[in-house]
Amino acid sequence: MFGRKRKVDDFCEEIDAHLQLEFERQRGLGLTEEEARAAARRAFGNVMQAKERFYESGRWLWWDHFRQDVRYGARMLRKSPGFAVIAILTLAIGIGANTALFSVVNGVLLNPLPYAEPDRLVALFTKAAQFDKFSISYPNFLDWSRENHSFSSLAAFRGDTFIMTDMGEPERVDANMVSATFFPLLGVSPMMGRNFEEKEDQLGAARVALITEGLWKRRFGSALDIAGKSIRLDGNLYTITGVIPATFHYQNENYHSKAEVYIPLGQWNNPLFRDRDTGMGMDAVGRLKPGVSFAQANSDMSGVANHLAEVYPDIDKGQGITLVPLKQNLVGDIQPFLLMLLATVGFVLLIACVNVANLLLARSTGRNREFAIRNALGASNSRVVRQLLTECVLLALIGGALGTLLAAWGTKAALKLLPEALPRSNEIHLDARVLLFTLGASVLAGILFGLVPAFKSARSDIQGTLRESGRGLTGARHRTQSAFVAMEMALAVVLLVAAGLMIRSIGKIWMVDPGFDPNNVAFFIFSTAQPLGATPDAIRQSYRRIHDAIAAVPGVESVSISGASTPMYTDSELPFWLEGETKPTSQADMKLALFFAIQPDYLKVMKIPLKRGRFLTPSDTSGSPVVTVIDERFAKQAFGNEDPIGKHIHFAILNQTAEVVGIVGHQNQWGLDSDSTSAIQAQCYFPIEQMPDALLSAFDRGANGMIRTSYAQTDVAPSLSRAVQTVSSDSVVYDVQSMNGIISDSLAAKRFAMSLLAVFAVLAIVLSSIGIYGVISYVVGQRTHEIGIRMALGAERSTVVTMVLRQAGQMAVFGVVAGLLTAAVLGRLMASMLFGVSFYDALTFSTVAAILLGVALLACWIPAHRASRVDPVDALHYE
Amino acid sequence: MSTQNDEEKLALLQGTLDLLILRTLIFGPQHGQGIARAIQETSDEELLVEHGALYPALQRLEERGWISAKWGTSSNNRKARFYTLTVAGHKQLGKETTKWRRLAKAIGRILGSEPVGG
Repeated sequence: MFGRKRKVDDFCEEIDAHLQLEFERQRGLGLTEEEARAAARRAFGNVMQAKERFYESGRWLWWDHFRQDVRYGARMLRKSPGFAVIAILTLAIGIGANTALFSVVNGVLLNPLPYAEPDRLVALFTKAAQFDKFSISYPNFLDWSRENHSFSSLAAFRGDTFIMTDMGEPERVDANMVSATFFPLLGVSPMMGRNFEEKEDQLGAARVALITEGLWKRRFGSALDIAGKSIRLDGNLYTITGVIPATFHYQNENYHSKAEVYIPLGQWNNPLFRDRDTGMGMDAVGRLKPGVSFAQANSDMSGVANHLAEVYPDIDKGQGITLVPLKQNLVGDIQPFLLMLLATVGFVLLIACVNVANLLLARSTGRNREFAIRNALGASNSRVVRQLLTECVLLALIGGALGTLLAAWGTKAALKLLPEALPRSNEIHLDARVLLFTLGASVLAGILFGLVPAFKSARSDIQGTLRESGRGLTGARHRTQSAFVAMEMALAVVLLVAAGLMIRSIGKIWMVDPGFDPNNVAFFIFSTAQPLGATPDAIRQSYRRIHDAIAAVPGVESVSISGASTPMYTDSELPFWLEGETKPTSQADMKLALFFAIQPDYLKVMKIPLKRGRFLTPSDTSGSPVVTVIDERFAKQAFGNEDPIGKHIHFAILNQTAEVVGIVGHQNQWGLDSDSTSAIQAQCYFPIEQMPDALLSAFDRGANGMIRTSYAQTDVAPSLSRAVQTVSSDSVVYDVQSMNGIISDSLAAKRFAMSLLAVFAVLAIVLSSIGIYGVISYVVGQRTHEIGIRMALGAERSTVVTMVLRQAGQMAVFGVVAGLLTAAVLGRLMASMLFGVSFYDALTFSTVAAILLGVALLACWIPAHRASRVDPVDALHYE
Repeated sequence: MSTQNDEEKLALLQGTLDLLILRTLIFGPQHGQGIARAIQETSDEELLVEHGALYPALQRLEERGWISAKWGTSSNNRKARFYTLTVAGHKQLGKETTKWRRLAKAIGRILGSEPVGG
């Protein structure tokens, strides 16, 4: 494919044959040998021209030139290995960073979701007064499915966990309860067996389950006759209908389902689940009918919501339905971070390009003679430029290949470091599109950094260069170099400012008082296969016993079982109205408070300050008056300056009226950076003992818990498990996390962005200081002669140093000022990601300026010092 | 040797060389020198064909698939590259000939009948 169609030699042979035939013909006409040869040539015309025309008409001429250029370029690079290594490494870093980040952007933002026709999928939520994305109650979901005209199908799902027994050690498995429509809607078929049927998605239907390929391999030894076998979950036998392939996974906004078991949602017999009033953490997904637009679906669903509000005014009034395209729902939050980081690595690549361009410029001084000679031998300017660019693209491609390796390794490492930071992180690969991007970036980079030096070289004056033996032209050249360095510094400043602002933001966020003491506090979840008790009182007793068993674990200072909300982890709200107020007609009109169902030691575990009155005590039992403790914000919001102690509050859902007995400090619920701006801040605490019977039954298979240990403990899970097992044998403790870990996970995306920005900013500083060092060294080298004269005329060493540093300083100051201005303009783009600092934060700006000027001067110190050591005699001899 | 001086010969019109080559090959395979000679001789030495100019045209026709080439032996036992008209070349020749005849006729009409004497 890459050869020319016909060899030049073959053509020349044909011409020779032609001349020979013509010669013989002329001889036949009676001419002498000499005359015949001349006549043949005359008849033919210009032989050389014919050959050249043939050569140039070849379609592969450019390819021949290209091969020549590549060969030549490779030879040039081999001849200056130092330059080649530095240039290639610089480019590898720049291109590698871009490849890595683009592979993330590609996997997370660009690639379609791995479902059938993913663009037609929409996530649905209840739109409540205070929340845009509130969970859906099952009766409402059924009505949405019945009444809408926009979706070919709606599916609901909620996560849960089960204790799997009968197969060795009891094991907790994550499960998803899904409606029968779930898998068909997403276009997923089981690799074996069948999906759920409509009739299995009903209350009272036979228990069935789908398991994942992972569980099938792990626990069933990949048995081929899996369909029809059974699995015991929470003590009940489920018949397995099929196996879901491992390639399937479903992610929610902040939640990556690790479900290994799927069971039909409609079978769930929890009475609260059938309550139109209660969303049990259930979300929905829908597939738009062909031809129905997202906007049409939106208005259709708001019609459905209005209708439900009319039919069930006390519950559904004031509620709407939120629709979000599924992909946007999944990656919407991370998008600005990723785009910012992509812009950042773009800057790093630019700096790398500028650096290499500068190296090339410095080197081209030495190569001027080479080009002048080639020019003199008849190479056209465009040919020289093309050859130089080929050399540059070659460099960039080698750098790109190396960068791809770096990227493959770096992406894996970064994702391992911060797994919580990214949705869809398991879909990040170096695929064809990423490699194409890298190829494009490399070629573009090669052309970008090669263009200026190439044109500068091609345009140089042949005669002057040849006469001058390689000196001269330096004025214009190092002006360009200085401009390049200033540009590099400016880019580095922008990156450093971005990183600085991010670091300052995170610092400020860490300074936020969470309202509790997270040190030595651990969170855990426990689940039991059997109900904790047959009656509400038996359940209460089990909770007391579990509390005491855990409290007896060595190292545990205090413990509280907790239901409903956990700071920065999970939230649950109660609508309320105050005694003396008329009951609002619908829940949407009630105020909401965060709901904590806890045990009396909770205050000790979290070290929340008690402000007034008393906290809950063991004597607040099911037999005593219902009490609650509220936080300061609740007190201020609901009672203003009045004393809340002794006041009564009516709580919906619990259907209880509780007396306020104490006020505690506010706990940060929504994350360090966003709590103070969240809609719901009021908090109220109830003893688990006083939970109404109906609610307690919903807590009969476990709850969350918090412990405070006397020292930081890493592995308390086994001892907690043993403690809980003394009360309920088939139980598992899992998800044990330190409270500090939960806090830092809540900042994962910000920390991810900060770490990467910091890495890129450091790269930028290193590259630009190499750049400024290179240029100043070069300039000093060029000026050796001049410096020698100055010193011979009596200039002090310090004067020389100052002179060199001043020149470097000019470049640096210019670059830094330009960078600060750019940062001030671009900073606006990252304003939404900052916390507690403005995007033109003076401290950040001045620190960055100081750092960069410092680094620049440091980088120039060596060449400046070298300049001052110039021996005037040597310098003048040199000429 | 030709009986006329080269200056008096007619230079070829743009694009006509292709047509002439195709036409020449209708009598069978021929090498470059043979084609050049044939064009000159059949035109009663009226046309000036610089032999060198033949080759880009042959190259072009070969690339378009109208002629094919093979090394062979000439009548006087010399090695030469022989060109053969392909099926596509035959068709093309038909098209070009019609086009050329129409053109010649049209130009002839415009110029009027040949002046007597001259």
